[in-house]
Amino acid sequence: MSEAGGGGAQRPVAPAAVRRAVEQLTDGKWHRLHWASPLLKGGIAFIAILAFVLANLRERLVELVIGQTGGPAGPGGGGRGGGGGGDAGRTFNGDPISAIYETGFTGVAILIVIGVLLLAVALFAVAWRMHSFRIGADAVEVRSGVVFRHNRQARLDRIQGIHITRPLFARLFGAARIELNVAGQDAKVELSYLGSRQVDELRRELLRRASGVQRAEAAAAVVAATTRSSAPLSAAGTSAGVVGAAPAATTSSPAEQSREAGILNRRVQELLGPELDLDAAPPESVVKISPLRLIGSLVVSEFTLVLLLVVAALFFSTFVLHRYFILFLLLPSVLGSLGYYVRRFSKAARYSIAATSDGVRVGFGLLSTSNDTLPPGRIHAIEVTQPILWRPMGWWMIRINRAGHASGRGGSSAPHTLLLPVGRLADVEKVLALLLPGLAGADTQGLVMEGLVARGRAASGFSRAPRRAQWLRPFSWGRTGLARTDDAVLLRTGFFWRRLTVLPLARLQSVRVSQGPVRRMLDIAELHFNTIAGPVRAELGVIDRRAAVAVFTEVSAAAVEALRADGSHRWAS
Amino acid sequence: MTDHRPDAGQPVTAVGEVRAGGSPDGGRLDYGGPWRRVSRKYVGVVVAESIVTGVVLAGISLFFALVIGAWFGWWMLGASVLVTVVLLVVAPRRARAIGFQLRDDDLLFRQGIMFFRIVAVPYGRMQLIDINRGPLARVLGLSDLKFVTAAASTGVSIPGLPAAEADKLRDRLVALAESRRSGL
Repeated sequence: MSEAGGGGAQRPVAPAAVRRAVEQLTDGKWHRLHWASPLLKGGIAFIAILAFVLANLRERLVELVIGQTGGPAGPGGGGRGGGGGGDAGRTFNGDPISAIYETGFTGVAILIVIGVLLLAVALFAVAWRMHSFRIGADAVEVRSGVVFRHNRQARLDRIQGIHITRPLFARLFGAARIELNVAGQDAKVELSYLGSRQVDELRRELLRRASGVQRAEAAAAVVAATTRSSAPLSAAGTSAGVVGAAPAATTSSPAEQSREAGILNRRVQELLGPELDLDAAPPESVVKISPLRLIGSLVVSEFTLVLLLVVAALFFSTFVLHRYFILFLLLPSVLGSLGYYVRRFSKAARYSIAATSDGVRVGFGLLSTSNDTLPPGRIHAIEVTQPILWRPMGWWMIRINRAGHASGRGGSSAPHTLLLPVGRLADVEKVLALLLPGLAGADTQGLVMEGLVARGRAASGFSRAPRRAQWLRPFSWGRTGLARTDDAVLLRTGFFWRRLTVLPLARLQSVRVSQGPVRRMLDIAELHFNTIAGPVRAELGVIDRRAAVAVFTEVSAAAVEALRADGSHRWAS
Repeated sequence: MTDHRPDAGQPVTAVGEVRAGGSPDGGRLDYGGPWRRVSRKYVGVVVAESIVTGVVLAGISLFFALVIGAWFGWWMLGASVLVTVVLLVVAPRRARAIGFQLRDDDLLFRQGIMFFRIVAVPYGRMQLIDINRGPLARVLGLSDLKFVTAAASTGVSIPGLPAAEADKLRDRLVALAESRRSGL
């Protein structure tokens, strides 16, 4: 049984070798993780202990220096195992290291330390040996645990996204973490860690199996599948063509082929000619954000406004009112909020988004890089929005709702619902061209762009709220409207925070129409489109009552139809 | 009122005002169709809930009035009595306002008088079905049926179904969902 880390060493490995290693990984037998996994998983604890030890030593060193300048010379001393070296043996009352040294138990202490270390290594090694995974034709299974055995199996066709993370510490070891998200609270299968080079290839293989291509192949119906799927996928194919054309760098023949062929054709080609490695080259990013723009977008935000207000209040209270306790109360949190910028920046830095044969890939991260692949049909709602402060710059951001994430989970492992941290209209257009195929028809994009750009109530294609709605939406009533295409609903709302939401009907969970007493007086109703929980809330606060009933009837019927026609859990078969 | 035939996807009795976005009716939102109503006994549950709400509110008011001695305590007591009376008066209407339809491909659910809402959920979106029975509902032989989808905001919970009917409805919904299943 070869462990995953075998090929993950730092030496350059040819793609063919990587592919062989991945073939071995996905042969349906049990495999182990990267050899450094225990170290990497315990990485934070390891660093913490190291920092603790170093901090202690520093204290001792400082004391040594102070002692040398002021105190009398100690009774000689040699190099000591645990201490900072140099002149030692001073009376460090209460310090365990000196106590051990003075009582002459150095040897025993060192033995104990070594023993504990060995024990820890042994335990980790056992845990590592017991942690194994296997990748079958349609499921991934992980088993782990020494005393309490734990077994988890996830079906590949239920994958909502594959997320690859390379934390800084793991990058040093050439390791990466791959995470298969399925829908549900904390529902993911995590393989941490594997060889960094194999992970990308492994993802491709997993997605290929999830897509159902293998099944189609097994049924000797690849050709039939091509013809059957070519109609819905043609939009995706053309968009991939646009994508291929956009970056100037790709001049190789594979890129040209990919421009002509649809996604599925490409995959079939790949199956037929395994030597022709079409996806070996990293996909060219379609959208890139310059660090300056990213910083600008973070600085020009509501958060900054609040921060400035707080700082101004602090100045006022300190220098005018001479009340200092507020300063002490608030200064730490003000300084801490600066960390917010750093976090946001490091998360969104080096952003790139591109189409691959198995969905959209988003990558980012400054030190700890991560990238995320969203297979087709895994996006439940898209929102293009513009905070008012961004309007002079013409910046927009795109967020999505997706399954497989716990909404409360914070930190670096939070899934990426921010698909475009900041971008101009042209960037929005490109990203939408990546996201929409497979979700909604080609006409949707035109509607979106029009809805974004059109001023006030001029957007054709969108309905709008009646004038009497201004009692409830004094500014945005003219922008509050809805458009329908065959397979999606588009909502256009917001005056200060302009917002455009695209809801693929095939992903819609339910529709709700409601009305309270105020809306009843105005002959107005409210529409909610319920999707998976996420940052995007799809609702229309004001709409004419009869229009609301009509839309409700229409959309609930269309949603059923879309659900019936939807086959994206096996997107290629 | 209507009877409760769990296997009826077709119209049972055309209760409910068929006013689908039609006649001038003062801006009131409504939706036509043969709504199936919940059990008449469910009024008892609503009444009991209203009384409990009233008792709790009155208790809080009395706490403010007697223990803390706040001037507004007695006003609060008056207000809570008023609220309870109103709740009790509208209880039958509130219970009657709850209805559902099993359409061909989706479940329609309505609730509320003042805050009226209708939800449409395709059967294929069902993730699971819960049946809950509170203490009073158990005495009356009623169950609550909750239709859970992947979206938490769907919130379709049909209260006050006779226990046997709730079980039958659950089985039927599960069967319907099974025949229309899809991805997430």
